[in-house]
Amino acid sequence: MSKSAIFIRAIFAAALLIPAFAGASEGGVAMESAQIDLTDNASLQRGAGLYMSYCSACHSLGYQRYSRMAEDIGLTQEQVENNLMFTDAKFGEQMNTGLNQVQAAAWFGKAPPDLSVVTRTKAEGADWVYNYLKSFYVDESRPTGWNNTVFPGASMPNVLWQLQGSQHALTEPMHKSANGEPIPCHKGEYQGQCITGFSIPEHKKGSLTAEQYDQAARDISTFLAYVGEPSAVQRQSLGVWVVLFLALFTFIAYLLKVEYWRDVH
Amino acid sequence: MNVIERTVSNVTTWFNDRTPGLMPAYKKHMSEYYAPKNFNLWYYFGSLAMLVLVNQIVTGIFLTMNFKPSAMEAFASVEYIMRDVSGGWLIRYMHSTGASLFFIVVYLHMFRAMLYGSYQKPRELVWILGMLIFLVLMAEAFMGYVLPWGQMSYWGAQVIINLFGAVPVIGPELTEWIRGDYLVSDATLNRFFAMHVIALPLVILLLVVLHLGALHEVGSNNPEGVDIKKVKDETGKPKDGIAFHPYYTVKDLFGAGFFLTIAAFILFYAPTFGGLFLEHDNFVPANPMVTPLHIKPVWYFTPYYAMLRAVPDKLLGVMTMGGAVLILFGMPWFDRCKVKSIRYRPTLHKILLTLFVISFLTLGWLGMQAGSTIQTWLARSLTVFYFGFFLTMPFWSTMGQTKEVPTRVPDHE
Repeated sequence: MSKSAIFIRAIFAAALLIPAFAGASEGGVAMESAQIDLTDNASLQRGAGLYMSYCSACHSLGYQRYSRMAEDIGLTQEQVENNLMFTDAKFGEQMNTGLNQVQAAAWFGKAPPDLSVVTRTKAEGADWVYNYLKSFYVDESRPTGWNNTVFPGASMPNVLWQLQGSQHALTEPMHKSANGEPIPCHKGEYQGQCITGFSIPEHKKGSLTAEQYDQAARDISTFLAYVGEPSAVQRQSLGVWVVLFLALFTFIAYLLKVEYWRDVH
Repeated sequence: MNVIERTVSNVTTWFNDRTPGLMPAYKKHMSEYYAPKNFNLWYYFGSLAMLVLVNQIVTGIFLTMNFKPSAMEAFASVEYIMRDVSGGWLIRYMHSTGASLFFIVVYLHMFRAMLYGSYQKPRELVWILGMLIFLVLMAEAFMGYVLPWGQMSYWGAQVIINLFGAVPVIGPELTEWIRGDYLVSDATLNRFFAMHVIALPLVILLLVVLHLGALHEVGSNNPEGVDIKKVKDETGKPKDGIAFHPYYTVKDLFGAGFFLTIAAFILFYAPTFGGLFLEHDNFVPANPMVTPLHIKPVWYFTPYYAMLRAVPDKLLGVMTMGGAVLILFGMPWFDRCKVKSIRYRPTLHKILLTLFVISFLTLGWLGMQAGSTIQTWLARSLTVFYFGFFLTMPFWSTMGQTKEVPTRVPDHE
């Protein structure tokens, strides 16, 4: 190996250290993985059902068309029109909400945002939605009576409470550092104490078990991840062929190069 | 002579009679352009930059057919392209991934010149024209980034345009003139669209032609820094030179294939590249009432952004950022070393160049961070090193013992 090759390697080795440096400085709690599968049509269909029943009254999917959704997740026009369309929109139109935006802004302080690309606005993607839906707890100090550890101070109540039940925060006193300063809580703060987890009192149980609710939250997250990029599955399946073609092309181009360069060497 | 050969010959003659300059031009730039035979990996990035440029132009044309350059419709029209235009997602990802890859290959191409002293006499003009391309490319990329009209588009434009407000006396009027309004608005988006799709691409194309023209006048450098024109055979062809076509066209074809394979892998499996190529905040439509928590430019501008933030004074910060790019123009005159290639330079040069690369990459990382006190001080020291590297180059580049450069390209190549 020549000296310049060693030198170049040293530069690349140095460059490799940078992400390590970056990783060390990141804090926060890792989110639980939603383990979504965009090719799972059953999950997507359940997610669409839950979304349309519980979310679509307030949150539009303004870039997504009913027809495209039907085609992608394996539903017929009839199925969508009979079960999933609650506005007077036509099948080929976008999935807008019937909610009056001005009134909504007055009710909630801010009109509920469009969720077409919500999974793409978060670094955690669909995992964010999954964790958000699982992190509502009763907080009487909030106008809606609900708070959320993933998005503290959210103006949205837990619309899935009938399914999940009402979570109450479990807390412990704040830890203090050596100099007496309180250490910030990991999962959030409730009534001056740190939240360690949630429990659902017996009389406030929902219609679903914990596992069933996780699945429901996963289905909604999967559906929103799909809506965020409807071409994602097609992208990944097409990619295999493009990469294979280019690899073959590169190999043939390499043989051609070797053939021509026989004169040079 | 069969019918095909006769036709080819007749057509060739027909053209040669009418454009006598065509064949000589082809020979000068392709079949009789003699490039050193010892190009290595670093020499792929010039042709790859041209490949990406073509990709940006072609995909850009198709995007233009469906994009709406208006503040009301821009964001939605991008989502329309992603969903309703057939193949739209592919075209859009080719364009957005291409933008980042453009900077990767251009940065590597520029580093190659630093590594082998390709900017040294007689190639100063090649370097200057290349730097002008880099400068216009930065403007092109910035304006293109504003077009999708997401939160980062909007607030990035706000921050960058406001930098011009630091100019003494005319600052406020200047920013107003750039925006075409009192704040970043529809008028700004419209003019950026015009600049991005026609004005700047034309300038880039012209500069690329001049860059190549200037290169072909003086000939290519090589990893050894050997001047191949000094040793020619009886026909006047450099002994260590080979015709660009077919030798480097087939070699670059292989390089293009390899590059495209990697590009396709990114495009199909990580088009946002974890929020680096397409940022998460830019999936939120522009909202002049809500400032994002961290406003940061796309990764390829972050080294300069880190330098801007490192300076407490606005005007000085802007001058530092601008100076960091402009100082590169001086490379051919800062470097007074009598050999070109790093291979024949003393250890001191190798160490300093390595430190320069590390500091540039670290500045790039710092530009993406929120900016703690330690990070700010790190950015400050690296900014000082960045400028020190260039400003003290006239002194350190003459220090140390250089190795003797051979007259011919060594055999092991």
